[in-house]
Amino acid sequence: MQLCPIADLTPGVVTRIVRPDVPVPLALVKVGERVFCIDDTCSHETASLSDGWLDGHEIECPLHESRFDLRTGRPDCPPARRPIRTHVVQVVDGMVCVDATSLAPTAETAR
Amino acid sequence: MTTIAVVGTGLAGVRAAEALRADGYDGRLVLVGEEAAQPYDRPPLSKQVLLGKCESQDIALTDDDLRAVLDAEWLLGTRATALDPASRALTLADGRNLHADGVVIATGARARTLPGMPRLRGVHTLRTLDDAHRLREDLSRPGRVVVVGGGFIGAEVASSARALGHEVTIVEYEQKPLLRQLGPDAAGILGRLHTDHGVALVTGVAVTGLVGEDGVRAVELSDGRSLPADVVVVGVGAVPNTEWLTGSGVACDNGVLTDERCRTTVLGVVAAGDVAAYRCRGGRLRIEHWTNARDMPVIAAGSLLATLRGQDPTGQPVHDPLPYVWSDQYGVHLQIAGRPGVDDVLELVSGSFDDSFAAVYRRDGEISGVLAVDSPREFGRLRRDLRSAWSIR
Ligand SMILES: Cc1cc2nc3c(=O)[nH]c(=O)nc-3n(C[C@H](O)[C@H](O)[C@H](O)COP(=O)(O)OP(=O)(O)OC[C@H]3O[C@@H](n4cnc5c(N)ncnc54)[C@H](O)[C@@H]3O)c2cc1C
Repeated sequence: MQLCPIADLTPGVVTRIVRPDVPVPLALVKVGERVFCIDDTCSHETASLSDGWLDGHEIECPLHESRFDLRTGRPDCPPARRPIRTHVVQVVDGMVCVDATSLAPTAETAR
Repeated sequence: MTTIAVVGTGLAGVRAAEALRADGYDGRLVLVGEEAAQPYDRPPLSKQVLLGKCESQDIALTDDDLRAVLDAEWLLGTRATALDPASRALTLADGRNLHADGVVIATGARARTLPGMPRLRGVHTLRTLDDAHRLREDLSRPGRVVVVGGGFIGAEVASSARALGHEVTIVEYEQKPLLRQLGPDAAGILGRLHTDHGVALVTGVAVTGLVGEDGVRAVELSDGRSLPADVVVVGVGAVPNTEWLTGSGVACDNGVLTDERCRTTVLGVVAAGDVAAYRCRGGRLRIEHWTNARDMPVIAAGSLLATLRGQDPTGQPVHDPLPYVWSDQYGVHLQIAGRPGVDDVLELVSGSFDDSFAAVYRRDGEISGVLAVDSPREFGRLRRDLRSAWSIR
């Protein structure tokens, strides 16, 4: 599934993807030359991680300051305990793409 | 084998245990908690729990994975009643003794009550899960609710009671709610939140009596008025749980006194969370906020382990965080950082004071605090500015 042109991403800036054809809100982050894709919703409460602070490979939830590693989705401290999902990104013909099956909502993400 | 006892199984106690294990402590770990319930998080009590939007299991602070990592003995439903400074032995309410090489005091605070008031059905404080369940039960019937105290807990309870369809009045002793914490401008803005949502705000008066035989019927005010009430919630602050330390040699004065590294006046005893009044910037701070209870035990655990290992304590990190608190009221999310003074000037940065906004406090031109309503991104940016100013001060 195509998300956006890679040229639209600025390093250090989080891009939020909310579209009817994308099952869950996503956050895209370019760090160096790599692009990371995570679920945008914090695993603790309904906060949008794309509103959070980015520091290297970590993104901090804007409400309660749990930091998630963009590579593994793991939080560093409570209140979040559960990891957020990370999605494998491929750049095809200048478009950022993820596997649609990896985006399907689960019982966890529906909370 | 070494034994460390953590007294109090709220957020600070659980985090201390977690930090001890993360720091490599592999001795015996005993957690003593007065509440019989498995450790849980308090912020949802006045919000989601009252609204019936979440249940006990949703606010658990531990899960199987964490309990396995902690590998602790849990003495729940057990109060510590004394600490002997010489042997560092704890006396438990059931008469048992527990010897410990190191002790973490994480006994938190309890809700303050109105002095000299009769005990009537329908009158509540809100600190524990039991409190929340009892209050929720009373709010399940139609009735008039009077909230005494316009602080964060009072405001959240009023908001939840209103959402449940009750007629709600807040009685606040100051001229505006949160006046001393946030200054007149912000207090005015947050006060309007109540009235905009149909909650009556009665300010500048004290509660002088509670009327009723069995259940409460009315609240009497210092200006002679009497407010009819079926449910009264008293939200007038919290008192640190330090009485059990009498005679222990652990110095207390509105909280357990600690140094910058969370050490008390007794070697091998540290304190963290709502109960701890720590030394900071030449003064003392006792912070009753969630984030402090999350972060302070990590420092306390580090300094306790250094003591037990005979290491130089000055090599350990100090506790000097930028204070941070959030609150959810009437569907809006408030965030406050720093310790703004009452006379600091509130300056709008983005949005509008009538709606969502981010604002800073300034003292002599310098940023001293950040206040945001439904503006998490902007709050994060401004908090960074404040953090730099805070760390050089
Ligand atoms: C209703 C409510 C809503 C809140 N909402 C927010 C919010 O939105 N944002 C925010 O930043 N903060 C909020 N807070 C504050 C936050 O919850 C506290 O700062 C935090 O709970 C402090 O944790 P603690 O572990 O230090 O103390 P506590 O949570 O008080 O835990 C202490 C524990 O020690 C036990 N204990 C006491 N004495 C003994 C003894 N002698 N022996 C054994 N056990 C003992 C107590 O029973 C208790 O279980 C809220 C608090 C309440 C009550």
